[in-house]
Amino acid sequence: MTPVATTFFFYLLSGAALLGGVLVITRRNPVHSALSLIMTLLSIAGLYLMLYAPFVAGVQIILYVGGIMVLFLFVIMLINIEQASREERFSKQWPVGILAAAALGVLFVSVFFKGRSVLPTQLLVLPEEHNTQQIAVLLYSDYMLAFEIASLLLLVAMIGAVVMAKKRTTTP
Amino acid sequence: MTPITTLHYLVLAAALFVLGVIGVLTRRNVIIILMSIELILNAVNLNLVAFSRLYGLQGQVFSIFVIADAAAEAAVAFGILIAFFRNKETVNVDEIDLLKW
Amino acid sequence: MLDYITNYLGSQVTPGQAGNVFWITVYILVIFAGVSVAVIAMNWLERKIMAHMQVRLGPMRVGPHGLLQPIADALKLLLKEDLMPENADALTYRLAPLLIVIVAFTTFIVIPFGPTHAVTDMNIGLLFMLGVSSMSVLGIVMAGWSSNSHYPLIGALRSSAQMISYEVAMGMAVLTAVVMTSLHGMGPYGVGGANTSGTGTLSMIGIVDAQADQQVWFVFKFFPLGLIAFVIFAIAMIAETNRAPFDLPEAESELTAGFHTEYSGFRWSLFFLAEYAAMIAVSSVAVTLWLGGWLRPFPNIHGPQINLPGFWVQAAPQAGLVDLLFSFAPALTFLALAGLSFRAMVRMPRHPSFKVQTMGLGGFGAVLALVGLLLLVPPVRNRAQDIFWFVAKVSVSMYLYIWYRSTFPRYRFDQLMKVGWKILLPVSLGVLIATAVTGVTLGGWH
Repeated sequence: MTPVATTFFFYLLSGAALLGGVLVITRRNPVHSALSLIMTLLSIAGLYLMLYAPFVAGVQIILYVGGIMVLFLFVIMLINIEQASREERFSKQWPVGILAAAALGVLFVSVFFKGRSVLPTQLLVLPEEHNTQQIAVLLYSDYMLAFEIASLLLLVAMIGAVVMAKKRTTTP
Repeated sequence: MTPITTLHYLVLAAALFVLGVIGVLTRRNVIIILMSIELILNAVNLNLVAFSRLYGLQGQVFSIFVIADAAAEAAVAFGILIAFFRNKETVNVDEIDLLKW
Repeated sequence: MLDYITNYLGSQVTPGQAGNVFWITVYILVIFAGVSVAVIAMNWLERKIMAHMQVRLGPMRVGPHGLLQPIADALKLLLKEDLMPENADALTYRLAPLLIVIVAFTTFIVIPFGPTHAVTDMNIGLLFMLGVSSMSVLGIVMAGWSSNSHYPLIGALRSSAQMISYEVAMGMAVLTAVVMTSLHGMGPYGVGGANTSGTGTLSMIGIVDAQADQQVWFVFKFFPLGLIAFVIFAIAMIAETNRAPFDLPEAESELTAGFHTEYSGFRWSLFFLAEYAAMIAVSSVAVTLWLGGWLRPFPNIHGPQINLPGFWVQAAPQAGLVDLLFSFAPALTFLALAGLSFRAMVRMPRHPSFKVQTMGLGGFGAVLALVGLLLLVPPVRNRAQDIFWFVAKVSVSMYLYIWYRSTFPRYRFDQLMKVGWKILLPVSLGVLIATAVTGVTLGGWH
């Protein structure tokens, strides 16, 4: 990729991600928020591709956009939230919230400016053709325990979600 | 045009994180709060993957685990939400106060 | 400028990997046009084949043997009134068909029509296809919800529940084929022994190359296992695209057309276009993963060497007699189709009002015959082999779709979900485990 194209795509994708983020937190209708979150997630998948991480981009699209957002939309559809669209959007303490977030932002900016010299300047060469294979080698050798625990976590989450969302047909 | 360095990605991730925090702290709808949490998790993932270009593939492996974790958390959160919605037909966080004194 | 265009022609990679924007655009336009023509042809073929299976004739009026019927349908759909229900969510209502069409066409980026005939060959090609096609569920949910009416909502819920259920079984079946790509041994039971590197690949071209290396289509690998995985994928792909016998969510007698009830005119035709394009995409995945992609049948049998000058423009290293015989297949197919249409022309009624139709049919036959003759010319013949075999296999799969629609009764929704979760998922898990165990056992533990 020529340098100009990289810059253009970075600003395009990051602009789309930020726009989506702003729309998520400001829309009145939850379905519109969900659609904006989808736009953000897809832009972030594009950014992963620019960072030479194709496997993470693919996982993001399958799991986040194709799985978690479908779950969000299902729940929004199943819960009747007509009256929620007519209520107040922001809570009464919104100035405090914005203040706290601004303080966090200032913290981040100061960390970036102080720590800019610590970052190594040499970018690693990550060949795109073997990305999946290398991640697989890492997952199954160094991070095997985390992998197994993640599968256990997903099993527990599935059971928990099914148990909690089931209708109680008998007396409690 | 300056070339895009890792710092650009970190600043973007920080901006998304701050947007997510604003969403969690100021919105009243539970579903939008959950979406802001997903935004926060994505900002963290972007940070991890940006750093993995400097330090090795461990960042990408970690971000895969974060995505799996986000899926589990979303499922459990919606289970709780649906269970609560059966009792009291609201998704307004301010009205979910059955345990309040 | 001109060498930017011609520089690519000698390379051995796809245009996406070479970064050549001109050829990427050309390939995308060709694929777009090809898929649109294929959707139009599918429309006609579906009506004619279902009609003939039901011992009736199907559309015969609009063109000779109804060949112009799809054009009439398209005109009708374009001229219909564009409705939107009252209180429908305008943004979501308009966005849903766009999302589904974009998703259906984006999956064609990684489909390989030949060793270098794909728009690009990503390292995660298969993952990309599965992920992007799982986004079509979002479009269906949006369409059903935004119509503000209960039939579309129930149809959308059912359709999306069905699609996400069968995606799991589909993913397991796909994983079985990916496990087989890591085996490196020749023939249906070969695993390559203890010295192989043992890494599979998710890239679509890599999977077909693995089948070429192992000299067996994956549907025959480890004999029952590949076949069972293929059958599971074939069933799951029909459920994914909401086609019969899994079309309860959009069947007219059940839910008055399900999630696209409130759409009319051009928006409905976008759903229809996306459905057929998704069928072609998912059949291409099945063909690439199990049926050998662009490889001809028996790709490793070459026959005795033939050294006729002028017959092999790109001299294959082992060009043999069997290669030569198989290379006439595209031309013979087109000439046979031309023969069929001339036979139909001869059998048209002799009434003067049929003169235009007869001439039209004759013209159609002449075009097919010209293409067939063009495919006999050696340079074209060698280059058209891969694309022809791929398209032929996908066409067989499309014919099977139409055959299933006119043969099988519809599944009730709870039966559908039971099949997806209780039958297909355990069987696909079992096949995956059995494939992995067979691969490791036959190859020696290492």
